[in-house]
Amino acid sequence: MFKGILKDQSVQLSIGFVLILLIFGSFILPEWMSNNFMYGLSRGLAVLGLMILWRTNLVSFGHALYYGFGAYAVAMCQKYFGITDIFLRFFIAVAAAGLLGFALGFILRKYREIFFAMLSLAFSMVLYGLLAKAEFLGSTDGMSISPSSIFGYELGRFGLFYFISFFVICAIIFAQAYLRSSLGHLTTAISDNEIRVEYLGYSVEKAIHIKYVISACLAGGAGGLMAASLGQVDPDSMVLWSVSGELVFVTIMSGLGNILAPFMGAVLFEFIRTYAFELAPQAWQMIIGGTLLGIIFFSPGGLWSLFQKFNILRKKNDDT
Amino acid sequence: MQFISTVLLDGLVYASYLFIVSLGLTITFGVMKILNVAHGSFYAWGAYLASISIIYLGENEYNSFLYYFSIFLAAIIVGIIFGYIIEKFILRKMYGEDIHLIVLATFGIFWILEDLILIVFGVDPLMPYYPAMELGGLEVAGVYQGVYSLTLAGLATFVAFVCWYFLNKTKWGKLLQSVIFDREVSVSMGIDVTKVYLITFIIGGMLGALGGAYVAPTISVSPGFAIDVVVMSFAVVVIGGMGSVPGALIGSLIVGMLRAFAVHQAPVLELFIIYAVMAIVLIVKPQGLFAPPKPRKI
Repeated sequence: MFKGILKDQSVQLSIGFVLILLIFGSFILPEWMSNNFMYGLSRGLAVLGLMILWRTNLVSFGHALYYGFGAYAVAMCQKYFGITDIFLRFFIAVAAAGLLGFALGFILRKYREIFFAMLSLAFSMVLYGLLAKAEFLGSTDGMSISPSSIFGYELGRFGLFYFISFFVICAIIFAQAYLRSSLGHLTTAISDNEIRVEYLGYSVEKAIHIKYVISACLAGGAGGLMAASLGQVDPDSMVLWSVSGELVFVTIMSGLGNILAPFMGAVLFEFIRTYAFELAPQAWQMIIGGTLLGIIFFSPGGLWSLFQKFNILRKKNDDT
Repeated sequence: MQFISTVLLDGLVYASYLFIVSLGLTITFGVMKILNVAHGSFYAWGAYLASISIIYLGENEYNSFLYYFSIFLAAIIVGIIFGYIIEKFILRKMYGEDIHLIVLATFGIFWILEDLILIVFGVDPLMPYYPAMELGGLEVAGVYQGVYSLTLAGLATFVAFVCWYFLNKTKWGKLLQSVIFDREVSVSMGIDVTKVYLITFIIGGMLGALGGAYVAPTISVSPGFAIDVVVMSFAVVVIGGMGSVPGALIGSLIVGMLRAFAVHQAPVLELFIIYAVMAIVLIVKPQGLFAPPKPRKI
């Protein structure tokens, strides 16, 4: 599965991209920019998860469920067990979201199109309803997260940035390995014709279930990293349906073409948001909404399709 | 006993305004097959426009009949202006595209209209309490209720009746039903589907705006208050069956009663219980409780 993965062009490009962000972010650019890189890379994980689902034509309007679940798992483990280790945090977030995704996957794998979107929305709002009202879960104020540590040493701002980059690179390698495997190749086949895939001897539901769990893990990891870098979790900015909508927006903005696209899109989104907020504090949502409409109308394939259009990157391995 | 009547009355009032809002959403979905996230913006705009006119009328002590006139006028204006612009310049270019893209486009419109509210009306909450104060309260079955809230139930009944009459007894309603049933055949029969879509979207928007405008005197109208209503009316529509008018009625009654019960009995579960029911309905009967039967097409 992982054989020759480092020779894969997309993986090389992605690692290059993350390293460039790391170098520029930690040595050259001002701190707020490196913060944006950090948030963008974290959110990019969730977008990657959505992209993997979208390739099968499943669009989840409730992926903030896993995003928020990962974040709250980190918060709860800190509250009750005092865990601040960054490795443990990431692992807990991924595992918690993965388990939840595994359980809900038994139901969701039977759903398609708008029903899939609606049911995931319902699940995410169930979690939101619990978190927003339950006092011991912090209700709408949420909970604060203390700085991360590694083996007992507290991580600074940049230390966290390095580890986030490391996790992102690991996730990219894993996701690309999955997409290159025969299970991953079923992705487009399923969206083309499920019955034919069944005739080939594969179980469509099982393939979708595995894909769903992977997607949930990625979103959970994103939530965990986001919680660690923001230092705060709350239901309105982690679990509400508009967060899911934001994630879907970044996915369509990035495009489904390549594994690198989600991370570029997510970083770009952070910058659009920062600048829009600076430019017009009252109208930043308007700018984002306008961007969304512009992308849907003029470049429905996302940013990545622009690269392909102008032949900036020739497609070498078009199978992934 | 008093607990039961409290829950029933509160639930009825809540269900009434949910019904008016969700009816607009479900009609739009039934005819055009789009899920309109921007429906929440119609609601918010209706509420804001009605609020400023009621506050203006109330401060200058005009005839109280004008309150109600301005509420309906606000709903009609919002429905026509935004409905026309959104359908004609954005949605019309997207029919036939992936349904998810259309949902995303309406989400973008929602964002834009949300901020337009901040720019036009400012961030301070508005409290157009005049009509509600004027009508006072009333004791019903041992529970004190505002009369204005109770008229909401009357309005919902009226809207439901008009909608039923329109769909089943008028020529326009029959045209609409044929478009819902099969778009292509309707086109070949000479129905101007483009026009039907535009008018449906405007009427749907008006209903959303009417819900917001009529409920405005009982709440404080502040930025971001529509964000809950969007997904709440989604829940209603999904529970009742997307595109079904009786479904919207039953769905809003279920959601309204459940919420009223939770608010009085277990406030922690207020939101949880609504979405849990939504999820359960989707699991047990994905088409919703009252989905219109689907014709088998060859």
